[in-house]
Amino acid sequence: MAEDPTNIDTEQKWPLDPEEYKRYGRQLIMPEIGLQGQLNLKSSSVLIVGVGGLGCPAAAYLAGAGVGKIGLVDGDTVEKSNLHRQILHSTATVGMSKVESAIKYLTSLNPTVKYVPHIAHVSTETTLDLFTPYDLVLDCTDTPASRYLISDTCVLLGKPLISASALRIDGQLMILNYPPLPPGNSKGGPCYRCFFPKPPSPESVTSCGEGGILGPVVGVMGVLQALEAIKLICAGINSEEPVESRDRPILHIFSGRPGATSPFQFRAIPFRGRKSNCAVCSSFATITKESLTSGSLDYQKFCGILNPVTALRAEERVSVEDFAESISKPMTEVRSAKRTDSRKYTVVDVREKVQFELGNLPGSINIPYSELCHVTRSDNVSMSAQKESSKDGQPTPAWVTTLSKTSPDASIYVICRLGNDSQLAVQKMKEYGLGKGSERFIADIKGGFSSWREMVDPTFPDY
Amino acid sequence: MASDTISITVEFTGGLELLFGNKKKHTVSLPGASKTKNPDITFLVNHLCENLMQDSRRELFVLDGGVRPGILVLINDADWELEGEEKYELQSGDHVLFVSTLHGG
Repeated sequence: MAEDPTNIDTEQKWPLDPEEYKRYGRQLIMPEIGLQGQLNLKSSSVLIVGVGGLGCPAAAYLAGAGVGKIGLVDGDTVEKSNLHRQILHSTATVGMSKVESAIKYLTSLNPTVKYVPHIAHVSTETTLDLFTPYDLVLDCTDTPASRYLISDTCVLLGKPLISASALRIDGQLMILNYPPLPPGNSKGGPCYRCFFPKPPSPESVTSCGEGGILGPVVGVMGVLQALEAIKLICAGINSEEPVESRDRPILHIFSGRPGATSPFQFRAIPFRGRKSNCAVCSSFATITKESLTSGSLDYQKFCGILNPVTALRAEERVSVEDFAESISKPMTEVRSAKRTDSRKYTVVDVREKVQFELGNLPGSINIPYSELCHVTRSDNVSMSAQKESSKDGQPTPAWVTTLSKTSPDASIYVICRLGNDSQLAVQKMKEYGLGKGSERFIADIKGGFSSWREMVDPTFPDY
Repeated sequence: MASDTISITVEFTGGLELLFGNKKKHTVSLPGASKTKNPDITFLVNHLCENLMQDSRRELFVLDGGVRPGILVLINDADWELEGEEKYELQSGDHVLFVSTLHGG
């Protein structure tokens, strides 16, 4: 009404700026938000750790909703392979830091929010200072080590944490340390360590780069983080009463479900409260602010480091260059002879079928590593009364039969994506006697297709 | 129903299904029930490894005879720690869910 910008009364008359009523109008009229909720949002600050598949949608919705200050933490730069899911980044920002790329987008979305860049990965030296100015933290990272560190920091600083993760077509979400009561107070919400006192072995951890991830699946989880954050902020973060008066923390599980028309699925699983002997949030806690900053805690070491596989002796391995040379001649012979069994070598590609189909070497055979690890079972659904008899006299796996049919003096070269599985595959082949003593040469190709692309064929599909 | 077997539902999620023939839900008949004692979770885990698992990489499911760290076990949609963990004696019709925690983001 009062259009005159010099009218001082306008500012005092209405709690929000005229532009804010317009911008947030659609959520302002909801009883769940209302004026008080919007004022809570405006005065709140949220730290988003990880500006990837989860952090991008979470940040977009929180900025759109009018959170006063948003901190963004990430040490990575934008890569092309991020773009199918990390919706704040664009083709034009490939190579830029993720934090800067995100702020560029968010500023155009809502310039009234204060964005604070932290272009670095979280570390024990920095988290306490970094997290202190914020009311709420979103864990949008992708490794167990960062998840433990972020959770511990939130407990020590009394901040609620909204943690999500995703892989392939599945996602999980938990609200941790809420209510954010001091360690030792059993009424506080459980932390990440209460759920997972021991970290998983690094071998059992699959990254999005290895296992794959569908954009909308991780997007759903990031959007849900934003939703939970808005609910928490509007309810008052430090209110004693948990959101929706729930008396149990909940693990949310989302499954996108395969199949064209399969319904997707959300499940909410109620969990216990704080673990009575938790290393950080119980009265027996051993992790303190001091131990965190002193550097006595090594989260990487705690979670274990996955070293490259070194399962084979040097003479069981060939470089991509040597392999390229040794296959160049026989390959033409094979082609002219048009007889596959006359070749002097066999190339076995142990990547999963779907990767094999993305690109492969002419004449190579695909035996996925998962098939090499497959244990033959009678495919009986209820297998209770199955006799144990077939246990030792197990049938020969089909892949062994296939390879046995190749000429016994033909070498077997095993290749995979990076050169780890291929070594284990060579071991398995030898266990099944395919080496015929040591008559037949079986070797893995060092560095797999990654090296092949680098040293031999730069056009080989890079996915 | 025979007195010495009980039928339960076992479900895998978070990628664990890949170790079990890429199938999430399984009906499992467990032997070894007696009048005084039913098979417990430890028995079930061992039974699954021996009979249902289709992958030789057992370390992706078990460690030192128990479920490996990073897997949550839910009995009838409740945290197994509320039920006595691996000592819980299974009842006919129980639903046991194994959830592998995800880390991607």
